[in-house]
Amino acid sequence: MNQTIQFQLNGRPTSVTTDPDRTLLWVLRTDLGLTGTKYGCGASLCGVCSVLIDGEAIRSCVLPLRSVAGKEVVTIEGLARNGELHPLQQAFVEHDALQCGFCTPGMIINAYVLLAKKPDPSREEIIAHMDNNLCRCGSYNRVVQAIQSAAQSLEGAGL
Amino acid sequence: MTSHLYTEVERDAGVEPLTLDRREMLKLLGSGIIVFIPTKEHLPLPHSGQMPSRYPSDFNAFLRIGEDGRVSCFSGKIEMGQGIITSLAQMLADELDVPLTSIDMVMGDTMLCPADMATVGSLTTRQFGPALRRAGAQARAVLVQLASEQLGTQPDWLTVEDGVVFDRSNRSRTVSFAELAQGRRIERRLDERVRVKRPEERSICGRASLRTDALQKVTGKALYAGDIRVPGMLYARILRPPMHGASLESVDTAPAETIDGVTVVRDGDLVAVLHREPDVAGKALARIEAQYSRPEATVDNDSIFEHLVKSAPPAQEVASAGDLNEGKRLATEDFERTYLNRYVAHAPMEPHTAMAQIEGDRATVWASTQGPNWVQAAVAETLAIPPDNVRVITPFVGGGFGGKASNQQAVEAARLAKLAGRPVQVAWTRKEEFFYDTFRPAAVVKVSTGLDGAGKVIYWDYENFFGGSRSSEPFYDIPHHRVIARGSWGGRGGNTGAQTHPFAVGAWRGPASNTNVFAMESQIDIMAEAADQDPLTFRLNHLQNERMRRVLQAAADRFGRQWTKAPSGRGYGVACTDYSGTYVAMMAEVDVDKSAGTVQVGRVVCAQDTGEVINPEGVRLQIEGCITMGLGYCLSEQVRFRGGEVLDENFDTYQLPRYSWLPTIETVLVENDVMPPQGCGEPAITAMGGVIANAVHDATGVRLFELPMTAERIKEVLQRG
Repeated sequence: MNQTIQFQLNGRPTSVTTDPDRTLLWVLRTDLGLTGTKYGCGASLCGVCSVLIDGEAIRSCVLPLRSVAGKEVVTIEGLARNGELHPLQQAFVEHDALQCGFCTPGMIINAYVLLAKKPDPSREEIIAHMDNNLCRCGSYNRVVQAIQSAAQSLEGAGL
Repeated sequence: MTSHLYTEVERDAGVEPLTLDRREMLKLLGSGIIVFIPTKEHLPLPHSGQMPSRYPSDFNAFLRIGEDGRVSCFSGKIEMGQGIITSLAQMLADELDVPLTSIDMVMGDTMLCPADMATVGSLTTRQFGPALRRAGAQARAVLVQLASEQLGTQPDWLTVEDGVVFDRSNRSRTVSFAELAQGRRIERRLDERVRVKRPEERSICGRASLRTDALQKVTGKALYAGDIRVPGMLYARILRPPMHGASLESVDTAPAETIDGVTVVRDGDLVAVLHREPDVAGKALARIEAQYSRPEATVDNDSIFEHLVKSAPPAQEVASAGDLNEGKRLATEDFERTYLNRYVAHAPMEPHTAMAQIEGDRATVWASTQGPNWVQAAVAETLAIPPDNVRVITPFVGGGFGGKASNQQAVEAARLAKLAGRPVQVAWTRKEEFFYDTFRPAAVVKVSTGLDGAGKVIYWDYENFFGGSRSSEPFYDIPHHRVIARGSWGGRGGNTGAQTHPFAVGAWRGPASNTNVFAMESQIDIMAEAADQDPLTFRLNHLQNERMRRVLQAAADRFGRQWTKAPSGRGYGVACTDYSGTYVAMMAEVDVDKSAGTVQVGRVVCAQDTGEVINPEGVRLQIEGCITMGLGYCLSEQVRFRGGEVLDENFDTYQLPRYSWLPTIETVLVENDVMPPQGCGEPAITAMGGVIANAVHDATGVRLFELPMTAERIKEVLQRG
C-alpha cells in the first residue's frame, strides 16, 4: 500500500509516494535520482550506502523508507555547501584518499559523524569508528590521514 | 563470452584497430587536425610473447585538440581505481606541452577510443603509454610545423609552452594550439620520425599529481554503470540456480506477476523479473518458485587439494637450467614441501553491472567492465549483429582486480533488453557477485630443493598445480632448476578443457604470482634457516640480478632492523618478487597472539623499481592498495564451497581487510628513469603471502604452508609445534 512519506533531503522538504517498506537506498537512487549513495552488500555489512539521518550515519540498504518520515536526511550530494566542498571532501581530494571511489561516499558520511561527535579523534579512534566500512582498493591509510587533516582544518575554522 | 581470461588473451594475436568510419569520427569529434603518419609498423612489444597490441598509427585516434584548446585524450583503457585517468593525462600533457588541467580523458568508449585488448595485467602505462606518447609527440610536431608556416618562422626557432607556440627570438609572436586547430581539417604526412621526449625533458611526468577524478568521487557525482539512467529503462533481477551445475526443472512465475508493474521474461534457462524499481524487481523475484536438479557434490573444501593434484593436466615447462639429477647428487640437504592456496574472491565494492539499450540493429551498453571491446564482441554475438553496431561505454568502474574481465552481466542485460524491447539494467547483488565470480583458483605447489655443503641452493624442482606459471621462474641464482606448471587460472582448470574447478576461476590481481611467490619465498626462508644464515644475507648471496639487489637493499635500509637467523621471535619477514617488469622487495613486522592465533601486521616496507615513474603518488597509492588488499588473502579470505554450491555469500563470512588491520606502510620508489615505465597495479600484492608467512614464522617458529593463515590454522600449527 502506497503512502506519502515526507522528510528533509539535503536541506529541502521532500515528499515521496510509494510503498513505505521499500528501502531508502533504492528510493534515493531510483525515485529521487541521487545515485551518489551506492549499493554494496544489501545487508548492512560494508557501509557504501551510508547516509546521515538526523546526524547519525545509517545504512540505507536495510532501512525502510517509512522510518525517515519527518527526519533530516543528508546524502553525499548534500555535504558541499554553496559550491564549497566540506573539509572532509577537500581532505579526501588532497590526500588521494580514494581509488575506485565506490566506497568513498559512505566513508565520508561515516567520517562526518565521527568529527561531529569527536572533533579531534586519535588515530585509534578513527580506526575504531571506521572499522565496519569496507574499501577493497586498500585506501584505508589515506582515509585515516584525510580524516586527521579534516579534523585539523575544521578546528582551525572554529566549526 | 562470459569468462574472458588472461590465458586466452595471451594467445590472442591482438585487437583490430579502430573501425569507426573516418567521416563518422569527424562528425562526432568536430573539427580537428588529421595527419597521417607514413609508417605502418606496429608498436614494439614489451617483450616477446606477451599480449601484442595494435594501436592505430594515426594520432587522431588518441587525441583531439578542441577549438577551446582543451585536449581530449582517448583510451580504450578504463579507470577502476588504479589512477590511469591521471597518469595517462600526465604522459600526453608532457609530450604535447599543454597543462595537465587542459586534458579531458575519454576512456573505455568503443566508439570514440582506439580498440584495446582490456585493462589487465598492469599493462596500461607499459603498453598503451608508449603509444600515447608517440601520438602526442607526432601531434606536437605537426602543430609546430603549422605554426611555423603561420608565423613564417623556422620550426627550430619555435618552442611550445602550455599549448602556445612561441618564436623564441621574439616571444610576442605566438599562435596557440587552439588557434591552429580551429575549424581546420588538415591532412598532412610527417616525413620524419618524431621522437618522444627524454626523461629529463619531461616536466609533468615524474611529478606527483593528485587524482583528477577525486572531485567527482567525493561529491557523489562520479557515475558508475548502475548510475546511468535512460528513459523507459527497467531493472532486472534474474532467477539463479542454487549451485553451479544445477539445471532448471520447473518454475512458477505467476506469484511474481501479481505485483503491479512486474514483467517476467523467459528465454530458455534465463528467467528474469523486470520492473521500473530495482528493489521491487527483487521482491517479485523472491516470489518465484523454481525446482532445480542438483548434481551431487564431488569436491569440497576438504578434498580440493587432493582433487587438484589428481586432475592435473600435462606438465608445461616454464624454465629449466643445468641438470636436476646432478643438483640432487651435489646436495647435502634436501627440502621437500607442499604449499596450498585457496579460492579467493575479487569482491570489488561495485558488483558487476550493465545496462543495454537496443535500437533496431544497434545497441549501446554501459558496463562495469575491464574489457569494453570484449563486451562489444560478446554483445554483438549475443544479439547477432556486427560488433561495429555495438557501442560500449564504460563509466567509472568500482573496482575490478581481474574480476571484471568476465562480462556475463552485460550479456544478460543485452538479452533482456532484446526480450523486453526496453533498456534493461542488470546489477548483481552481492550474493550473485560471490556466486558468479571467477575466483582465483585454489592451487598446490610442490617444491623440492637442496643446499650444497657451502650453504648455496644447488637445485630447485618446482611444480605448480592450477595456480599458473607467472612469477614462478626463480630470479635467484640456482644452477640446477626446473619449473613446471600444470594448468593455469583460466576457465575451469586451464588448457585441458577438463572441468576441474566446481565454478569459474580467473585472473585475480597478480594472477599465479601470489601463489608462486608465497611458495618460493617461503622455501627460500626454510633454506636460509638450514644454512644458518639470516634471510636477507641468504637472498643477497643468491642474487646477481642488479635490479633485485637494489630494491632488496633499499627495503633493508628503510626497514632499519638487524636481520638475524630466523626464527628470531621478533616477527620480521622479507619477500621479493618480479612482476610485469617491476621488481619489489618487501619487509614486514608482525605480532602473533599465540593463544588466539591472530596476526597483527604492524609495519610493511615496500621498495619497488617500476622503471620510469609517471605519477609517484599514484605508484605509492597502488603499492599501499596492494599491501592492504593483500592482507586478506594472507590472513582471512577463502571461498568455502560444497560442490557447485558457494557457501560464502556476503562480507559476514567472507572477511575483507579492515581499518583495524592496517599496518604502517612505508614505500620506497627506487629510481630507474632510464627504463620505460613498467607495471604497477599488481606487483606489490604478489609479495604479501611470502612476506607475512615468513614474518609469522619468525615470530612463532612455526611455518604455515597454506593460505590464508587464519587464526584456526595458526593455532592448530602452534599446537602441533
